[in-house]
Amino acid sequence: MQRIGVFVCHCGTNIAATVDVKKVVEMVRYEQGVVFADDYMYMCSEAGQEKIIEAIKEYKLTGLVICSCSPRMHEKTFRACAEKAGLNPYMVEVANIREQCSWIHKDKEEATKKAVILARAAIAKVNLNTPLKEGESPVTKRALVIGGGIAGIQTALDIADAGYEVDIVEKEPSIGGRMSQFDKTFPTLDCASCILTPKMVEVNQHPNITLYTYSEVEKVSGYVGNFDVGIRKKARSVDFDKCTGCGECMTKCPLGKIGHIPSEFDRGLKNRPAIYMPFAQAVPAVPVIDRENCTYFKTGKCGVCAKICPSKAVDYEQQDEIVTVKYGAIVVATGFDIINLDKFGEYAYNESPDVITSIELERLMNAAGPTGGHLERMSDHKQPKDIVFIQCVGSRCDNEEKGKPYCSKVCCMYTAKHAMLIKDHWPDTNITVFYIDVRTPGKNFDEFYRRAVEQYHVNYIKGQVGKVMPQPDGSLLVQAADLLDGKQIKMKADMVVLAAAIEPNPGVRKIATMLTASIDNNNFLTEAHAKLRPVESPTAGIFLSGMAQGPKDIPETVSQAGAAAVKVVGLLAKDKLKTNPCTAQCDTLLCNGCSTCANVCPYGAITYEDIQVNDHGLRETRRVAQVNLALCQGCGACTSACPSGAMDLQGFSNRQITTEVDAICR
Amino acid sequence: MPMNEENTEFRPLIVAFCCNWCSYAGADLAGSSRLSYPADVKIIRVPCSGRVNPMFILRAFERGADGVIICGCHPGDCHYSTGNYYARRRMALLFSMLEYIGVENGRTRVEWCSAAEGAKFSKTMNEFCEKIKSLGENVRLGDLRCKN
Amino acid sequence: MSFTNVENQVELIKEISGSDPYKCMKCGKCSASCPSYNEMDIKPHQFASYIIRGDVDELLSSKSAWKCLSCFACIERCPRDVQPGKLVDAARQLAERQRGGDHLQADEIPELLAEDLPQQLLVSAFRRYRR
Repeated sequence: MQRIGVFVCHCGTNIAATVDVKKVVEMVRYEQGVVFADDYMYMCSEAGQEKIIEAIKEYKLTGLVICSCSPRMHEKTFRACAEKAGLNPYMVEVANIREQCSWIHKDKEEATKKAVILARAAIAKVNLNTPLKEGESPVTKRALVIGGGIAGIQTALDIADAGYEVDIVEKEPSIGGRMSQFDKTFPTLDCASCILTPKMVEVNQHPNITLYTYSEVEKVSGYVGNFDVGIRKKARSVDFDKCTGCGECMTKCPLGKIGHIPSEFDRGLKNRPAIYMPFAQAVPAVPVIDRENCTYFKTGKCGVCAKICPSKAVDYEQQDEIVTVKYGAIVVATGFDIINLDKFGEYAYNESPDVITSIELERLMNAAGPTGGHLERMSDHKQPKDIVFIQCVGSRCDNEEKGKPYCSKVCCMYTAKHAMLIKDHWPDTNITVFYIDVRTPGKNFDEFYRRAVEQYHVNYIKGQVGKVMPQPDGSLLVQAADLLDGKQIKMKADMVVLAAAIEPNPGVRKIATMLTASIDNNNFLTEAHAKLRPVESPTAGIFLSGMAQGPKDIPETVSQAGAAAVKVVGLLAKDKLKTNPCTAQCDTLLCNGCSTCANVCPYGAITYEDIQVNDHGLRETRRVAQVNLALCQGCGACTSACPSGAMDLQGFSNRQITTEVDAICR
Repeated sequence: MPMNEENTEFRPLIVAFCCNWCSYAGADLAGSSRLSYPADVKIIRVPCSGRVNPMFILRAFERGADGVIICGCHPGDCHYSTGNYYARRRMALLFSMLEYIGVENGRTRVEWCSAAEGAKFSKTMNEFCEKIKSLGENVRLGDLRCKN
Repeated sequence: MSFTNVENQVELIKEISGSDPYKCMKCGKCSASCPSYNEMDIKPHQFASYIIRGDVDELLSSKSAWKCLSCFACIERCPRDVQPGKLVDAARQLAERQRGGDHLQADEIPELLAEDLPQQLLVSAFRRYRR
């Protein structure tokens, strides 16, 4: 027989405003097993916990029910508190009377009634709780970072500097990510590659960092502290050890001049050869052969690069290689891309080469870009005089087919940056920005934007552009409304720049599925807690860095990367991890060895063994299931699949859940 | 007068099984976003939708529940990789059998709700409650010994 | 009363008013404070953009320029120190000067008095033109 203490929390007025806390205490006082019931203002506070500890000692409690906020919030707190008083932490149950009661109901009587029922269910469950002991599992002291942009680079550097080994997997031939495509960065106008390249070099030279470029994560198994990750190293067709990065092959590739292979790095504004490095400062400085376009791979003829290579590094026979590595923690830093603009026909992006996206503008303004940093129209290579910027192209758009419901966050700032940079170089350019709202929260951000207006006289007009019409003379006619003046405007422009919505890298969904990390409707990775655990996934051992988690700028990305690194280091610094004791258990008397459970177990935690049993004097050998507690993650799939009811889950046993059902339906 | 109306209004008893990783978190998010749904819904936390044994659902109906809903992670997003797929198949079978013995299909439901979908959780519960209200009290499977 | 040199006109307004229309954030506090708001066709928060664009003629031919009471509520409350009241006042002054009317004698005032002329405007004019 349990001796249960029930504690009902007011949570200030969060609970007490809609739930009659005193009444709940009175209603549960005479439930089976309850020997003590009380309420308190803040159960989770120091004083509240002290109260629990005292009660455990005074009333010799064997079980606790805390009626408070969600167990996802404070179950840990109360378990630790029970442990302090010498009670097994798994004898604690939390009745969620805040998130699932007081916050969603208005009628006090109704909410109180529901709180009582939830408390009763928890009490019924605790009556059947048994003390559980956590197991231990080892920690592989190595981390994996998926994505080699600024988020991945910074996370890897911070982990490596703390003394742990890190691998970066990057699917492109070079690390650097989006930031390496940018020209300048806001709000200080540092040159992006000037601040990024040193970090890329540092990553390459760091003794604790291993780079897997042109590689993808293919398979993930295991759990926190013990992930097994299969990485596909795509065939580069160039021997990593022999190549000196001289670049001879790239200049001699016949397709460089006649191939019309659009450079991904230059967003299609320039062509590249079939053997290429994405950009001059690529890390590693080893080219790859794009086998889809290479003449040798298509026809078996050519082979110029192999002939020309002074170090004989070109290897057409190279094959994809799959390596399996063990990791203790995984950071997802897969970054972003911009949305496809096909659905925005009104902006004529596909019609006119002079309607470009902001990231294309970055390339056009970059000294290492396709025009050597000279801003020109792609149609006639003339310098534009009138430039129109359109904000929120696909951002804050509820039409799922076209855009994204969220604010992309960085567009207002980079547009102000672009406008100022253009005005700096070519002061007689007229720049008009059409916006819905200008959003500039951030240190020195609003000042930056105001500088564009007040100092550079960039013309900001509130109102979205309705239509961009290419004209026979090669100009663009922009039709918009100035909402503050209540006028429709038609203006000629030489160039239109679209601030296209950002979206998570399309590959992230596949990765999230492999990691069983949850993802939201917009394909951003979900954090374990929106405010208090923003760099962790709800899945233990998975951490988030950069745009993969949500729109953010470079300073925020770098801060988050550091935060994720600290969380990883905190995990890797442990020698052993406590494992969840809520594992499956087989009742060998009921088990008939049918293998159903082993078939549904996602972790391969169930094996079979032969045991000798004495069945009424008849000695026989029976095959029964056995659970490997180190592998079992406690999902309970086996328990509901077991036809004989031999499998049960500790902490969520069949009897415990049934008794909860009974208590609710009483 | 409104008092009388309220007293006579049918209030269903609904049991919701929510997986710890997605739907229970989604329910918490509905709470912290103050997106209300009827108090008739009582949530039981389970580690995974695949943990929901058909026995629990039968038990709920036996003890007088008017509707049972199982919420799990979206397909492909299960914290344990495959639990929700098993739940989906298992429940499809169970629900068709329940319908055969007279428990209308509307009384049982499986829904996917992620940790980020507080609004969806609230909407689903409101809809489900309305549905059960329209179906009225469940008369099948009830354990007569439990009735007064 | 048309000006050929728009550029110059805008500069003049900036000089006379002493305020920078580019600083305007279009928050609308001026319009929210203005007692003549409902009488105006161009609203106080729009003054700055008319001047930036060089649409001074349009501003002056609107009702607004002559409905402003010069009560200075907008000047007092403007968070960006743009002071639409001063901008429109400068525009009016510019128009007056264009007509050659940049002097105002005390004995001319009785002639100028009209029924719908705000008193405050007269005071402001007097302050400005009396040399």
